[in-house]
Amino acid sequence: MTFARPKINLPGQKVNEIGLALRDYEGSLSTLCAGCGHDSITAALVQALWEMSIRPEQLIKMSGIGCSSKTPAYFVHGAHGFNSVHGRMPSVATGALAGNRDLVGIGVSGDGDSLSIGFGQFGHVIRRNVNMLYLIENNGVYGLTKGQFSASADAGSTSKKGEVNQMQNINAVATAISMGASFVGRSFSGDREQLVPLIKAAIAHPGCAVLDVVSPCVTFNDHEGSTKSYAYTRDHKLRAVEADLISPRAEIKASYYAGDTHPVRLHDGSTILLRKVDPDYDPTRRNNALGYLERHRSRGEIVTGLLYIDQNVTDMHSQSRTTAMPLKAMDYERLNPGSEALRELQKGMK
Amino acid sequence: MPATQSRINDFVLKIATVNGTGSASANGLLMKALFRMGVPVTGKNLFPSNIQGLPTWYEIRASHAGYMSATGRVDVMVAMNAQTYQKDLDEVSPGGFLVYDSTWPRDRQLYRDDITVLGVPLAKMCNEAFSVARIRILMKNVAYVGALAALMDIDLDVIKTLLEETFASKPKLVDSNLKAIMLGYDYAQENFACPLPARAETMGDNSGNIIITGNEATGLGCLYAGATVGAWYPITPSTGVMDSFTDYCRRFRMDPETGDKLYCIIQAEDELAAAGMVIGANWVGARAFTPTSGPGISLMSEFIGFAYYAEIPSVFIDVQRVGPSTGMPTRTQQCDVMLCAYASHGDTRHPILFPANPHECFEMAVSVFDLAERLQTPVFLASDLDIGMNDWMVPELSWDDSYRPDRGKVLGPEELAKMERFVRYLDVDGDGITYRTLPGEDPKGAYFVRGSGHNRYGAYTEDSEQYQDIMDRLLVKWETAKTLVPDAVLSKASRKTSLGILAFGSSDGAVIEARDRLEAEGVHLDYLRIRAFPFSAEVVEFLRAHETIYVVEQNRDAQMKSLLMLEANDIADRLVSILHYNGLPIPSDCVVQGVTRHLKLNKEAVA
Repeated sequence: MTFARPKINLPGQKVNEIGLALRDYEGSLSTLCAGCGHDSITAALVQALWEMSIRPEQLIKMSGIGCSSKTPAYFVHGAHGFNSVHGRMPSVATGALAGNRDLVGIGVSGDGDSLSIGFGQFGHVIRRNVNMLYLIENNGVYGLTKGQFSASADAGSTSKKGEVNQMQNINAVATAISMGASFVGRSFSGDREQLVPLIKAAIAHPGCAVLDVVSPCVTFNDHEGSTKSYAYTRDHKLRAVEADLISPRAEIKASYYAGDTHPVRLHDGSTILLRKVDPDYDPTRRNNALGYLERHRSRGEIVTGLLYIDQNVTDMHSQSRTTAMPLKAMDYERLNPGSEALRELQKGMK
Repeated sequence: MPATQSRINDFVLKIATVNGTGSASANGLLMKALFRMGVPVTGKNLFPSNIQGLPTWYEIRASHAGYMSATGRVDVMVAMNAQTYQKDLDEVSPGGFLVYDSTWPRDRQLYRDDITVLGVPLAKMCNEAFSVARIRILMKNVAYVGALAALMDIDLDVIKTLLEETFASKPKLVDSNLKAIMLGYDYAQENFACPLPARAETMGDNSGNIIITGNEATGLGCLYAGATVGAWYPITPSTGVMDSFTDYCRRFRMDPETGDKLYCIIQAEDELAAAGMVIGANWVGARAFTPTSGPGISLMSEFIGFAYYAEIPSVFIDVQRVGPSTGMPTRTQQCDVMLCAYASHGDTRHPILFPANPHECFEMAVSVFDLAERLQTPVFLASDLDIGMNDWMVPELSWDDSYRPDRGKVLGPEELAKMERFVRYLDVDGDGITYRTLPGEDPKGAYFVRGSGHNRYGAYTEDSEQYQDIMDRLLVKWETAKTLVPDAVLSKASRKTSLGILAFGSSDGAVIEARDRLEAEGVHLDYLRIRAFPFSAEVVEFLRAHETIYVVEQNRDAQMKSLLMLEANDIADRLVSILHYNGLPIPSDCVVQGVTRHLKLNKEAVA
């Protein structure tokens, strides 16, 4: 069912640069379980998109199948949404952004959707560096089919029924970094303070930005013995590096530079400011990032933050030198060579 | 030795070589030379699923009557491949000729007294005349062109002009090629009674025709249709479509100032992804397509059902090859009719266009986009390997500059401004087609695409009535589709007859020739060529107007007949299948024999 949210415009409510209130970035009411981590991520998306003043119609919300894939219905009702087939969101998003490169693409996926059935497409959207936010709502479990382990479940984690997962997990961030992703972050649905700026940096990044967000399933994976529960994640997460997006228009305040900070300038003039919580961490070097992740994984820690960034990897359109104007907006007259050209062309076929 | 019939401009020349030796250009030269002499020609490749070193054949049919189909006859065989010599020798029709490279002796056991064997020491001559090993191999092929020019009266001046055109930028190559031609030519002139009875003669005018493959024409059609996004996974025999689209885009779709591309071609990781990309691009309003073959359609099926139910225009080009499974990737069949018609789970059905030759590939590659956008649904263009990869002589392609794409029912910000509220799946016009909006334009037009149950307002539903409402409306749309797809083509027999013959796609040539042959024996057939599914009204009319209808198709299971039976099950017993499914293009013999056998059986049954 879809439940429309009553639209109430409160006088004096805060608006963003394009005159829209936070409520203008909301969607239908969620039908997920009360307390689901996904709803917190939705709220973070609403906040981030509002703060960035993205025009609702400029956005496309893409998803596959699963609980995670329902969430595009729950934010920005003024944007087109696309709930595709299981594990295939990346290809539809790739096609959509090929046809109209001016759109802001947000793909919301899950651990089953991205790391099992859609593992191939997950890899290839990274390989093509399609300019979009690829957000994985990761809960280690299949919720809609009632509690099977997913590929991201840690070895040794137990299911609600008490089974122990024997297989190694597929680690979304380590996989993405080793496959050559240009932007990889990890966060926790319960850490909005970290998540909102990370989402903004991911959207501003000119390529495929992968965000793996641990998002506990309150119904099937929030028990003792689970390594994707609220309690476990809170106890084991380790903030390594934080990110802030500073728009081109904003003045960079001196206070930003307090502590161990590092600016990453993007082509559009905005800056992602990295704040290192752990001075050992270098998110601009792949080896360093992977080594750090592995060291802390073996200690049972979940490293969070902007884990890797290379803003200079060319995206799909730069690779193929597509024209700046969205292809869908191209006049037919520019696309069709006409009858004379056809006549000329066929001289070579005689 | 049987008396040899004169076969002026009516012969089949078959060349047996090894793939990867450069024989393709020699064979193309022969075909073009005959074409320039005004002779109607077709060239068919028979090649292995391999890159180098395996046997390959090229068959040129010259037919002053203009017949294009395969024949099963070989008048002149050029046996350049020792590996297949026995088979090639066996295949020559009685009274025919076999040319071989006599540099090395052939087994005496391999001998036939009903044909003429002509040995030309091609390798020996080329080894003496050329020094580089690779050149020697290539020139051996060019030398047999020379020998055939003498034996079959192929105009040397035409060959010379063709060489000059081909190597316009490398004049040295003209000289060496010509030298090789003359080696073969002079040898044949000196040693044999030239010309043979199977030979060429300058005839009509081919200036209004071109030689082209279906895949080339399809890619060109996509360009003219205004397609901007192509997504694909390489698969034989469809690869040529994307090669062609890419080549023409490079030629016609570059921004002259910046060098940027006004198109985006994505080589996907698999066919599933290619389908998703096509759907995504069409959803945002860019014309997008994917070329593939049967195995690709199998993989795309989930997405095809999605696009059917979510009503997203999308174009799928299926260049059919032999199935099931991997089958024979380099052989032809019409075996995906059922697959395309009903691809995906649940109640789905999809329009299919069936081009009969490259000329129609070009035209239908344009109309397939119009149909997909008008009907907001996946539409197939189903050609096959025979059409797609063989060289066809067809009338020159023409283009109407007043053509504008039919983008279907799309609402932009202007129209939306006049509306109180936009809903996605409401049938306002009664034709089953609803209005859509494009992302990126107007928040008022925003809607949610989903493959899950939805109602006419576009909202998620698990309500039985609301679900059924959409499914029933899709049937209304199907009825509309019947009025929009290309009409079938009717050719009446010269006299009134109760016999009909029905075919589609690449079976057309065989049926045309078979009808003439049967008519000469007093059997008259009205011919209907189906060009699309769903069937327009005249197809059912045709079935009802005849007592017996032969349904010709290139698959084992009579897939088209099955579709016809669903449309007109009360007359199912009037349909008689003529099937050809060995992977080779259907010859007219198959049709003649099918009809004759059936008529004879019927006569016996009556007696």
